[in-house]
Amino acid sequence: MKNTIAERIQDFLKQFPPFDVLQKEELLSISSQVRVLYVEKGESIFTQDMPCHDEFYSVREGAIGLYRNVDNDQNLVDICDAGDLFGLRIMIIKKNYRMSAIADEESIVYAIPSYVFEPFIQENKEVNKFLLGTFASHARHDYTETEKGQRIDNRIAIETTKDLSALRTISYRKKPTTCSPKDTVEDIAKKMTKKNTTYTVVVNAHKHPLGILTDTDLRAKITTGLYPLTSVVTEIMNSPVITYAKKLTVAEAQIALIRHNISHLCITKDGTRNSKLIGILSDHDLLVSFGNNPSVLIKEAKKVKKLQKLRYIRRQVEKLLETYLEQDIPTPHILNIISEINVALMMRVIALSLKEMPSPPPTKFSFLVLGSQGRNEQLLLTDQDNAIVFEDVEEKEYEVTQRYFLALANKITKGFHTIGFEYCPAEMMASNPRWCMSISKWESQFRDWMTTPTQESTLLSSIFFDFQHIYGDTFMADQLSDVVFEGVHKSNRFLSLLGVSALQKPSPLGFFKQFLIEQNGEHKDTFDIKTRAMMVLIDAARILTLYHSLKGVNNTVLRYQKLGELEPNNRELFESCAKAFRVLIKFKTRQGILHNDSGRFIRLNTLDKKDKLRLKRCFRPIRDIQEVLSIRFQLKSLM
Amino acid sequence: MQFWSRKNIKDYPEFWKHYLKLFDAGKNNVSLDDIRFVAFDTETTGFDYDTDRVLSIGAVAISNNAIDVSDQLEIYLDQNVFNEATVAIHGIRKHGNYDKISEFDALQLFIDYIGDAILIAHHAEFDRKMIDRALQRRGLGTLKNKILDTGVLFKNTKHSVYLSGYSNRHYSLDELCNDLKISKSDRHTASGDAYITALAFLKILSRLKKDKRVTIKDVFRLK
Repeated sequence: MKNTIAERIQDFLKQFPPFDVLQKEELLSISSQVRVLYVEKGESIFTQDMPCHDEFYSVREGAIGLYRNVDNDQNLVDICDAGDLFGLRIMIIKKNYRMSAIADEESIVYAIPSYVFEPFIQENKEVNKFLLGTFASHARHDYTETEKGQRIDNRIAIETTKDLSALRTISYRKKPTTCSPKDTVEDIAKKMTKKNTTYTVVVNAHKHPLGILTDTDLRAKITTGLYPLTSVVTEIMNSPVITYAKKLTVAEAQIALIRHNISHLCITKDGTRNSKLIGILSDHDLLVSFGNNPSVLIKEAKKVKKLQKLRYIRRQVEKLLETYLEQDIPTPHILNIISEINVALMMRVIALSLKEMPSPPPTKFSFLVLGSQGRNEQLLLTDQDNAIVFEDVEEKEYEVTQRYFLALANKITKGFHTIGFEYCPAEMMASNPRWCMSISKWESQFRDWMTTPTQESTLLSSIFFDFQHIYGDTFMADQLSDVVFEGVHKSNRFLSLLGVSALQKPSPLGFFKQFLIEQNGEHKDTFDIKTRAMMVLIDAARILTLYHSLKGVNNTVLRYQKLGELEPNNRELFESCAKAFRVLIKFKTRQGILHNDSGRFIRLNTLDKKDKLRLKRCFRPIRDIQEVLSIRFQLKSLM
Repeated sequence: MQFWSRKNIKDYPEFWKHYLKLFDAGKNNVSLDDIRFVAFDTETTGFDYDTDRVLSIGAVAISNNAIDVSDQLEIYLDQNVFNEATVAIHGIRKHGNYDKISEFDALQLFIDYIGDAILIAHHAEFDRKMIDRALQRRGLGTLKNKILDTGVLFKNTKHSVYLSGYSNRHYSLDELCNDLKISKSDRHTASGDAYITALAFLKILSRLKKDKRVTIKDVFRLK
């Protein structure tokens, strides 16, 4: 009988591995037994530790997040989108789920009964290999999580190239430590200590592996007194060993280690126990092969072809950030790493967007990020502020050119949004025609702001003058900063007005030295750390660097350091400003992680006495720097 | 009704007797997860209950909150009535390349398939009447199943503020798809529409569950 629904499901599945290698009739018979699930955002399909369903899943539409709970910590393992498989545990181990699958957005999911698919795993090697690979890439976290207390880098795993990385050949250690079956445990222990290894493979005269002795065996069998030190190795070794041939994939290695619950695999010439031992592979080697650290994240970001994967990397970055904060790594260091990765992610989004455009850019351009991104001071994901500058073109070409860059900007801002940067509510984005202009229009805009300052223009310039070039041709960005410094020299009035706006920010402390908390609105009873404290420091640093024509220093902490060099008599104050800013940004980030927002509004009741004092100590330099501005630009008369 | 009750029950074909028996014992307190729903759609030669005929029936079951593709029915009927005008809509030609079966066989397959499931259709009134007329022409009764209309259900997901402008109008299946973000492939085939209706039902159901104003009981009271 005709089954149109099954045919449509088949049309979808056949685009994706492992279904793409199946015959049409085979896939149709699978498709006709599918169940179609609809899940709302936040709804779960299965949860960790529950028995496996007798089906696995393919995402039809939407996105499903896989999470693993360890000590009440929910860790994101992977995000599956259209065509991705999950819940494969039933096909391989048939035990309880090790992860939870929760809809990241409203999704439609195909459930494929395991008994329908099982025959294909047995028969089709490609299918088998693919499933093992996918499964292993999800299971990988089993390893990283059990080894608590290892280096922080290891806590971040990357799934971006999961299929490829799981299927690539793993490199093993050549020249493994060996001994003869007649050796005593004492001799072997000495040899292992000398060579600094955790194992010894027992081999016969033909170098065929007979068994393996590990640190664990020495602990469990010798130090407990179960066997004397004089025992011959064959009495306590683990035998037989698990052997593989040398073309072993990461996925196979991992499955083998999980399955046999062992820590070492022996690599032999033909893969059997009856051939020469040529190497050894430990669980540690496997871990190392995943390469989890910031530089790998950046490297991954540069290769990624899908936005969804970039979003995933960005989430990993958040985990990394959390770990750094826990470990009290110096703030400037954290800022550097995070903004490096952010820039890499943004550059990738721009490159991908450019590829999607029907034609290459008609002129040279520069993509700028503004505000806190421009100052490299953004730790958590906040709004995106950005702009495009393009080269001057003939008058009649202008409209077409601008339209091209607006279309490009639309793709880029949408891409940023996908990876987690919220749209700017004030539309300060390159997709707004006001902020996507030619270089000479930008120049006159900047000049305009400086020569006829209004409240709006001082606000805009405080955002736009902290720009950072991240993609395209830098010379236009340089040209723009020249305009800014030129303008400052011509008009002291502009700096004065910037200063006034910095002084107008409400003071952090009230008459009784109490925190001034917000009186009404959504953020009632919280302390606005951004406007009340950080903005003053940011604004003051910007005004003083403009005053000194300090080019190319965008970061607030760096600005205070440079200012200290230029004005030795105020050095102490500038240093305390830099320190205060570092403390504040850390406060804000911690709060942000705690409440899963930007961290701008601090709930005072979540701070203990010590934190409150530390926060208050930051306010002293704020008051002092306001005083400096007021005197230097004679602001009292202007206010 | 007089006419039908006079008829001796023994004259009914086996499948119909079996069908009627399913509704004898009233079932109480079945949980939503245990209910078998069947979403269905018919393609017809036109919109006249008396002269037009059913050309195809597509149906798919929903159980345990999922569309069960293995539990589906897709049949094409051999009819003498033919209407050039509607071929453009449903694409079923008179001598098309389908395995067609007689109307009686089709009815028997359909009745056996639905059993006592709760039926779901978009603008259910039309599809129900088309099937009822076909049954009556064979000397049988009308459908006994509870029937839910996705058009009516959907209207109830709308906030009353928006309802004023909508209250008296019908939502087309296309509008439903747009609002619920359902892709419209295979529109205007009975099976395609049945699948879309099933998906819409799942989405509406989860909306209604979320909305504290409406309970599951209300869903059934709606009709």
